[in-house]
Amino acid sequence: MSNLNSERMEAKAKAIEEALGRIGEPISEAQAKDLAAREDCDCKEGMFALAGTRRQLFGEAGLMAAVGMTAMLPRAAEAKAPPGAAEYPVPTDPTKEQGRMMGIDGGYGLRSQFESEVRWFNPTRSASFTPMQNGYGTITPSGLHYERHHGGIPTIDPAKHRLIIHGLVDKPIKYSLADLRRFPTVSRTYFMECSGTTGRELMQATEPTVQRSHGLVSTSEWTGVPLSALLKQTGLKAGAAWVLAEGADAAVMTRSVPIDKCLSDALIVFAQNGEAIRPEQGYPMRLFLPGWEGNISIKWLRRLEVSDQPYYTREETSKYTDLITKTGKARIFTFTMEAKSVITFPSGEMKLPGPGFYEVTGLAWSGRGKIARVEVSIDGGKTWSLAALQDPVLPICQTRFRFPWIWDGTAAVLQSRATDETGYTQPTHQQLIAERGPLEAPGMMYHMNAIQSWGVAADGSVKNVHPLG
Amino acid sequence: MCIRSADLFAGICAGAIAAMMWCGHANAQGYPSKFEFGQLATEQEIAAVAIAIPADGKGLPAGKGDYAKGKQVYETACAACHGANLMGVANLPDMPAGAALRLIGGRGTLTSQKPIPTVESYWPYATTLFDYIRRAMPFQAPGSLSNDEIYAVSAYILGEAKIIDKATVLDAQSLPKVQMPNRDGFIPDPRPEVFK
Repeated sequence: MSNLNSERMEAKAKAIEEALGRIGEPISEAQAKDLAAREDCDCKEGMFALAGTRRQLFGEAGLMAAVGMTAMLPRAAEAKAPPGAAEYPVPTDPTKEQGRMMGIDGGYGLRSQFESEVRWFNPTRSASFTPMQNGYGTITPSGLHYERHHGGIPTIDPAKHRLIIHGLVDKPIKYSLADLRRFPTVSRTYFMECSGTTGRELMQATEPTVQRSHGLVSTSEWTGVPLSALLKQTGLKAGAAWVLAEGADAAVMTRSVPIDKCLSDALIVFAQNGEAIRPEQGYPMRLFLPGWEGNISIKWLRRLEVSDQPYYTREETSKYTDLITKTGKARIFTFTMEAKSVITFPSGEMKLPGPGFYEVTGLAWSGRGKIARVEVSIDGGKTWSLAALQDPVLPICQTRFRFPWIWDGTAAVLQSRATDETGYTQPTHQQLIAERGPLEAPGMMYHMNAIQSWGVAADGSVKNVHPLG
Repeated sequence: MCIRSADLFAGICAGAIAAMMWCGHANAQGYPSKFEFGQLATEQEIAAVAIAIPADGKGLPAGKGDYAKGKQVYETACAACHGANLMGVANLPDMPAGAALRLIGGRGTLTSQKPIPTVESYWPYATTLFDYIRRAMPFQAPGSLSNDEIYAVSAYILGEAKIIDKATVLDAQSLPKVQMPNRDGFIPDPRPEVFK
């Protein structure tokens, strides 16, 4: 009898360890046994207490094991859950047994085990792309925000991190995260886009899906301090014209920013979508320059040096300059991301099940302000109709558009064309080639914002196409 | 009636404001025009991180190096990714491949449909080469080269690119004077382009 008990206890301890190992760090065998041993103890008291600490969580896991509710625990042995989820057994009838007790997630919620959207990493692991094809609304979940790193993702202890502002200032000052939080803050919902997005799509349809072609753009609500407030405190000396921003990553990434931008809408942000900014987005703090190419919003920001000149860093000469092959000259300091849009449904590699009604939807954005209108074509740009814009339409933010379409079952080419409040309209590939010259992959045309086409074949399959050449 | 109730409302407000002032806890005092958060950064703290070198070479450190010494540095620290001949290495795992790693060649290609931008054909300033190597290279051990080694490997790359001769010694004085072939290859951003 005591042997049986011991075996049961060990099995339970193992189950708990497996379950908890998925949530955080693994617990020791001794801890797990201790928890299982609570089977005959006082655990029924406080059964519905919140798992405010890890110790409490252990207690509740032990408790669940004790009262035979192990089905509530994630089962590590069968863990096939997608990233950001935990695998739970699926009951035959969820109305006939108790669901999971709250807190088993450690107090930080997970998504459904049936949802599997993830960022796509390019083969060189230099960038990851937002799965726009299955996104909703305009906010990108923080865990799906696109990434572009130049020296990997550093792990930075916020207690040790400082932002130093120096150079042509009256008073050089260093700020901790706690210092920044004392300032009045602002929250703004802005898109951010890599200037390389769709850069290899100029001459031919290259990437199979909208995630891979357009996924280097995302939208978050960002919270932080206006950089102007910090510069007011440091003061600026005569001749201050540029600010070098520098990151604390292995690339010690640097870009030069004109002082006018720093004194207008530039932010030092430390929060994204209501929580601390993610490590891959620059934790504990990053620069955010609304409407400008993503790389200049330096992540892991450690230093701002006010100067009378730009520094011509590697990332603003060798990279992120726009070679115009028509002339052989390259445009430099090309900051603004101009109006762009893309249909996300239907899009590449999808298959429509048959003729009938579909709501065509997608996203439009402009670094110059609000989206004024989006037009949709179903005949490759011969005719255009206005799409409905989901309000609120915010400046420098992705705007969701929708367009009702009854597909007759014949081949179609779907396009969207955005116009922003300045009157700028998204160009075609041909217009960009005429203006800037041809550029073949792997050459990359930065700021390539041409109208995207999705070809729908008679069998309903959708692919990336260039209809006019 | 309306006017009178408005007067009454204003009177109540004025009274309330006076009461708040009297009690000393007005709840809307406004934002200060300036803040005093953070701490003064010392010269030592600034010097420890202020590593950027502008095009005029201001701030370049002491030290020097030449082609011969740079060849040794290159073969040890750089060749695995940038190739024995400085032409890059194809299909490196988890690394940007091809043109991104190619350091030399490509002159005369910037008007073609397949341009080859390299240090030789594209970079406008030699100071950028020093700055970038010092902050970010070699990839597997960024920031590990001495200033002498960085001057030397810069001399090797610029020598192989036939921008300087192999006898040139690079230091804080000579590096900013190196004339890069594409020095005048950059123009201000003329956008927005107007499309019809």
